[in-house]
Amino acid sequence: MDRIVQALVEIVGTPYVSDSAEERYFYGRDPGLMPAHAPDYVVLPRSVEEIQAIVRLAGREKIALVPMGAGMSLSGLVIPQRGGIVLDMKRMDRILKVNEAARYVVVEGGTSTGKLHAHLNRYYPRLRFSTPDSPAAATVAANVMIHGQGRLTQQQGFNSDMVSGLEVVLPSGELCRIGSCALSDDWFSKGPPLPDLSGLFLGWFGATGILTKVGIKLYPRKKMRDVEIFITDSPDFVPGILYELTHTEMAEDINIFAQPLPLIFSGNHHIVIYFTGDSAEEMELKKRILFHALDGFIRNKDGGFMTVGEGMKKTLLDMPQRSATTFADVTKGGGFEYSGPIVPIDRYPGCSRKLDELAVKYDLKYHATARIIDKGHAMMFAFSFTFNRADEDMLNRTRMALSEASEYALSIGGLFWKPTLDEQRIALEKMDPQTARLMKRIKEELDPQGIMNPGNWEGI
Amino acid sequence: MKYAEILHRCFRCGYCKFTLDYENFNCPPYRKYRFDTFAPGGRMWLIRAWLNGEIENSERFQEILYSCATCGNCVEHCAFTFRENLVDIFIAAREELVNGGRIPPSVRDYFKAISIHGNPYNLPAAQRSSWAADLPVQSYDGQEYLLYIGCVGSYDERGRKIAQAVSRNLIRAGISFGILGEREPCDGNEVRVLGEAGLFEYLAENNIALFRQLGVRKIITLDPHAFNAFRKEYPAFGGDFEVLHYSQVLSRLIESGELKPGDFPVRVTFHDACYLGRHGGEYEAPRRILRAIPGVELVEMRQNRENALCCGGGGGNFFTDILGGEGDSPSRIRVRQAVETGAEILVVSCPQCAKMLEDAIKAEGLDDKLVIRDVGELLDASFREN
Repeated sequence: MDRIVQALVEIVGTPYVSDSAEERYFYGRDPGLMPAHAPDYVVLPRSVEEIQAIVRLAGREKIALVPMGAGMSLSGLVIPQRGGIVLDMKRMDRILKVNEAARYVVVEGGTSTGKLHAHLNRYYPRLRFSTPDSPAAATVAANVMIHGQGRLTQQQGFNSDMVSGLEVVLPSGELCRIGSCALSDDWFSKGPPLPDLSGLFLGWFGATGILTKVGIKLYPRKKMRDVEIFITDSPDFVPGILYELTHTEMAEDINIFAQPLPLIFSGNHHIVIYFTGDSAEEMELKKRILFHALDGFIRNKDGGFMTVGEGMKKTLLDMPQRSATTFADVTKGGGFEYSGPIVPIDRYPGCSRKLDELAVKYDLKYHATARIIDKGHAMMFAFSFTFNRADEDMLNRTRMALSEASEYALSIGGLFWKPTLDEQRIALEKMDPQTARLMKRIKEELDPQGIMNPGNWEGI
Repeated sequence: MKYAEILHRCFRCGYCKFTLDYENFNCPPYRKYRFDTFAPGGRMWLIRAWLNGEIENSERFQEILYSCATCGNCVEHCAFTFRENLVDIFIAAREELVNGGRIPPSVRDYFKAISIHGNPYNLPAAQRSSWAADLPVQSYDGQEYLLYIGCVGSYDERGRKIAQAVSRNLIRAGISFGILGEREPCDGNEVRVLGEAGLFEYLAENNIALFRQLGVRKIITLDPHAFNAFRKEYPAFGGDFEVLHYSQVLSRLIESGELKPGDFPVRVTFHDACYLGRHGGEYEAPRRILRAIPGVELVEMRQNRENALCCGGGGGNFFTDILGGEGDSPSRIRVRQAVETGAEILVVSCPQCAKMLEDAIKAEGLDDKLVIRDVGELLDASFREN
């Protein structure tokens, strides 16, 4: 038996270590378009102590280590660029603590967003978290690690903004707590009023440490939830519409979608407005306020509310939204990927036109999705293309379209969300050199041997 | 390979391995192994890689393919339109392995036993009806129903008890039925799902010919696996029979008043057999029987009906035991779920489930907390103890 396999078996047990071709194949790629690279080993730890032992082993042997949740980023963030060990975290999926009064939950680093969603539904019906639209298998830790977004992002910001504490295994193997949990067993703040050290880990894709526990804030869950859709045929009106809607502070979530197919959606921008309440009166009042906010656009015939049938409402109100996943099979091809830059909301018209242009240029089916972040401070605009995994030419065209979309996003002041290795390199090149140097110093200080998810945030 | 054109359409999103509410992973091999390769998405990607020559047919690959319990949870929960084909795809991949001649030894031995002896136990056909030795069960000779027992009910000690109980209930209700005894062939359901399409075709054609020769028109099956084969697979070979699972018959007899269960005060929970529930669409007949027994309190497990966790015996695993074993094998998880309900009896409707779960109770040391009873046995007991 391989010496490293033997050492890993001693840590986690034989059933949970593999260097087989099958695991090396599967864990060497994700559903997106990034090139594959196989790990040497895949390991399924069950405890913090096991992770610490694996990290120390990797350090001694100078082996790369890539922590992984469900591997759903689509941008290759857990493809082990230099082989080594992939740590599949999903055996660590316990929900450790819910503090109902202080509204937070602490979960292990491999807990799926689906499991947390179900747990709260069952045991804490008055609490919720910002459920992302990624598949239910996506983990809470990976979601905050990539600055994911969810149903409460319009109100509360990125899901990573809702972190209330972290437990991290450092590249040295030491265990570190971040936030109020560093001082007590309370997980209500990730930093403030003390220095917020969560930034040393969030957004680093595991390149600075492994999240073994995550605290996230919970929010009131209202008894009722509904959705309405305002449509306009011009992208130029969208920023103004969003400004008025966010001003009301009545919406739970605001998304926008535009797509050429099916034809009923063609030519329009659909602003999807979710709202919640504890009574029919509250729902009616919020709806009235939201509708009135757009009176001017309706009067000028720049847009109007569409009738949303029960079937469509059911699809839109679904959490997590399974229909988001089915976009992958529009071409009967099992794939989609998006460049999803974070941009100011006034860039919506430009992004929308660029997406139209790219779809024509590369002959691809597309879907534009945008999600408002933190009451309109920014938005995530997804240049989404669906592709046929069995069609090499289409894969190449999709890669080119995504690359061009990313270039465009950067040119209009956007920030890459969950950037690919290429996008990370471009971002580092463009950013203020002192900022890039600071990032380099942080990485070198925390991970001097460069074993943690190597390739990510390198090349500074 | 059949369905090869679908493989690349899997996005590996993972919905297939959950329950509908996402509370738990519900794919039996994934629950045991926890590598994504053992989930339906992993299997889809690996079959494609194998067909493309990117990986080889290894022991690990065989383990991944043959640990699938064909339980249909993935069919129930996959987000895509091709979900109906998922189990068929995994069976088709097994067929390719069989055709290539490299399969797990336990699967090979199963095929050989069926081929040579007509049953997986390597026992003589003459023993097939010994379960009925002390019962006034007639040999089939034109009665209204053929009671098809199957290999597990005929040879396995646990299955034989269920066959006896079900027969007593039918006799009690005055149902006109007979059995084939030593003439009874293997239904072939596991032969098919393990990938021996040729042997299955042979079995199906011969069985259909036999049934026709005997004038069989209505079949009651003891085993949901046979129920599946006769109902869903035999029509492709011209076998159009009216097929019922015994729970459906007993449920009707109770509703019509022909069976009046006696008091049997006990708290029970019910485990849905995959080939009766998800594959057969029958979730209610066994529950109707339980509700009709005075004193029975039915408490559902969290994972029930479409979300039931398979016992791990499906897909041929009952015979090959690839999925059994350690603490997180599906059957052991399932009995722990049953204990959580506070039930004294875990009721099943399949001899394979009965055996799998009874073994799991022993392995978990839960003998003092839980017993397994088939719904036919429970109904029978309600008469015998009154």
